[in-house]
Amino acid sequence: MSAGMREFRQRAQIALEDARLQNALENATGRFWNSRREALERLPDSDGLRDHFKEMRAATLADLAPHWRTFEKMAEMHGTRIHWAQTGEEASRILLQVAGEHGAKLAVKNKSMTSEEIRLNHSLEASGIQTVETDLGEWIVQLAGEDPSHIIAPAIHKTKEQVADLFEAEAGKAVPADIPKLTEHARRRLRGRFLKAGIGISGVNIAVAESGSLVLVTNEGNGRMVTSLPPVHVAIVGIEKIAPTWADAAVWLSLLARSATGQPLSIYTNVITGPRQESDPDGPLEVHLIVLDNGRSDLLGTKYEEALQCIRCGACLNVCPVYREAGGHAYGSPYSGPIGAVISPLLFGLERNVALPQASSLCGACLDVCPARIDLPRMLIELRSDSVEKGLLPAPERIAELAAARVLEQAGLMELAGKIGRIGQRFASKDLPKLADQSFREWWRNR
Amino acid sequence: MNEELINQRQPSVALFVTCLVDQVHPEVGIATVRLLERLGFKVLFPAGQTCCGQPFYNSGFPAEARRLAKKTIEDLEGFDTVVLPSGSCTAMIRAEYSHLLAEEAEWKRRGEELAGRTFELSEFLSQQGVGPQTGEVYGLVTYHDSCHMCRILKVREAPRRLLEEAGFEVVEMREPDRCCGFGGLFSQRMPEVSSAMTEEKLRQAAETGARTVTTADPGCLMQMRRIAERLPDSPEIEHLAVLLERQNR
Repeated sequence: MSAGMREFRQRAQIALEDARLQNALENATGRFWNSRREALERLPDSDGLRDHFKEMRAATLADLAPHWRTFEKMAEMHGTRIHWAQTGEEASRILLQVAGEHGAKLAVKNKSMTSEEIRLNHSLEASGIQTVETDLGEWIVQLAGEDPSHIIAPAIHKTKEQVADLFEAEAGKAVPADIPKLTEHARRRLRGRFLKAGIGISGVNIAVAESGSLVLVTNEGNGRMVTSLPPVHVAIVGIEKIAPTWADAAVWLSLLARSATGQPLSIYTNVITGPRQESDPDGPLEVHLIVLDNGRSDLLGTKYEEALQCIRCGACLNVCPVYREAGGHAYGSPYSGPIGAVISPLLFGLERNVALPQASSLCGACLDVCPARIDLPRMLIELRSDSVEKGLLPAPERIAELAAARVLEQAGLMELAGKIGRIGQRFASKDLPKLADQSFREWWRNR
Repeated sequence: MNEELINQRQPSVALFVTCLVDQVHPEVGIATVRLLERLGFKVLFPAGQTCCGQPFYNSGFPAEARRLAKKTIEDLEGFDTVVLPSGSCTAMIRAEYSHLLAEEAEWKRRGEELAGRTFELSEFLSQQGVGPQTGEVYGLVTYHDSCHMCRILKVREAPRRLLEEAGFEVVEMREPDRCCGFGGLFSQRMPEVSSAMTEEKLRQAAETGARTVTTADPGCLMQMRRIAERLPDSPEIEHLAVLLERQNR
């Protein structure tokens, strides 16, 4: 996972040359964006709700530990086993250990950005545990051996013809490139896996502290099957995804699906509070929760803490004019778009992701739509400043900037530089701004 | 009445022309001066002015941006009203100076004081209730909402109303506030993506049927013109001040 300047530009170039991808990106993001706007307009005071939500998220993050202590106490009371993982490797190790204890050979997964972040599928496959993504988009991306290219629509970059080819390769028989037939095929292929799997792995949208519950939203119902059919359910959650109370979770849910797809609620909202009880006819025998840090706690108390307010709705991707041209893969991270440009450098290292803070025109559309009003443009600017301080900007660019600032500090120098520039630009690249023959101030003096 | 009395009655505005207009698009500054003068304002040009500091702020050089912010505050001290033909530079002064100078109370205060009397051109004209008026219709234009103008200054209506009153029929793009792809150094650092963004903007502009695209930001003007040159059959791209001044002759 990395995004140097050249890497980002090359991957973006591939996306720009792919007319079908450009079309798909434009249509899908435009549709999400419109639906989001209409859904928020239908709320009586969506701006007030977002203000309230931001305050709630900020207050929770300012005092995270007590909420997790409450969560742990309540969840353990209901029989959920809590594991704390400092790093992605640790989280994978815990998961493999649980899978090993139960002799699981097949794992079914629902969509989880956190598991993408730690490359969980690689660890599972390397340990001989066959892992099947059951969210349609994630399954498509898995079959293609690619990263998701959108936080909520992982296969946004794939056409139905490409999907049909992938399904054919997996099933060993032709599948028509027709969307209802493709979903029916996926449903049939996946149903058996749910029943055979020894372990179900899920993400978590919200951990609710006061009852020790996990909230999971999906549109396909696969989350419900992943978390209830296999004998063991292991969920993985980042430390930031916690709501102190159900009242907080209700606000969270009211903004999540609306911001993501424009739905008032996702089709399925599952609440999981512990494994099967004696009175329950079904459900997993064990529920484990891996609480992952992976660099998040380093951001607490810093100017970047606000980034942890993100609920992964993807609204910022849909409105981002850079994402809409470059596509998700350019970012070289499961987290793309404006939020990805901020959190990928923070979680995976600025040195390896120098292009990401630069991949923005700072238009501010992301800030406008964020349900938590995360000031992404400001954080991108901060990351650019960090890049300069860490010496990650090419030296000529740095020198040019410093020199330009000195010149602009004196009107006389600026005027002189302009005059030299007018002569010099005859030999310079056509892509640079062309200086006028007479500056404004010359006109002003001579009028 | 003698000249002195006229001068006293005539409201004056200081023009902060911006570095981009000064060096790259002087015609925008000239049009701004002529427009303001014909509408009854005395225009002053604080001679020491250069750049508001935004390019440095946005590209990760806050110390340099801070020096230019302080210089701009000093240059514009003592002028009651400051007008800029740029939404973006106005937004820099109004929204970012206090943030940039947060650690230095006195400078922060002076920055906020400047912010309170600094206006983008169409915003200023609209507040003053003046603008070119004509009964005739000259043709279709489409207005590009520059990012900081519409999202930070929240000015969307004023330029459209001024255009309508000046005799243009304003037709809207599908996404009038979608970024034109400039973003300062972004256009140099990510030229492929930046140009693709501009092409999308120009495509949407062409769909409106208008022959003229206008905007209140010299950055967008420069970017759209630069990319339009490479494309066949591109619309004319003009700064708002130039269109308004043309109608006011």
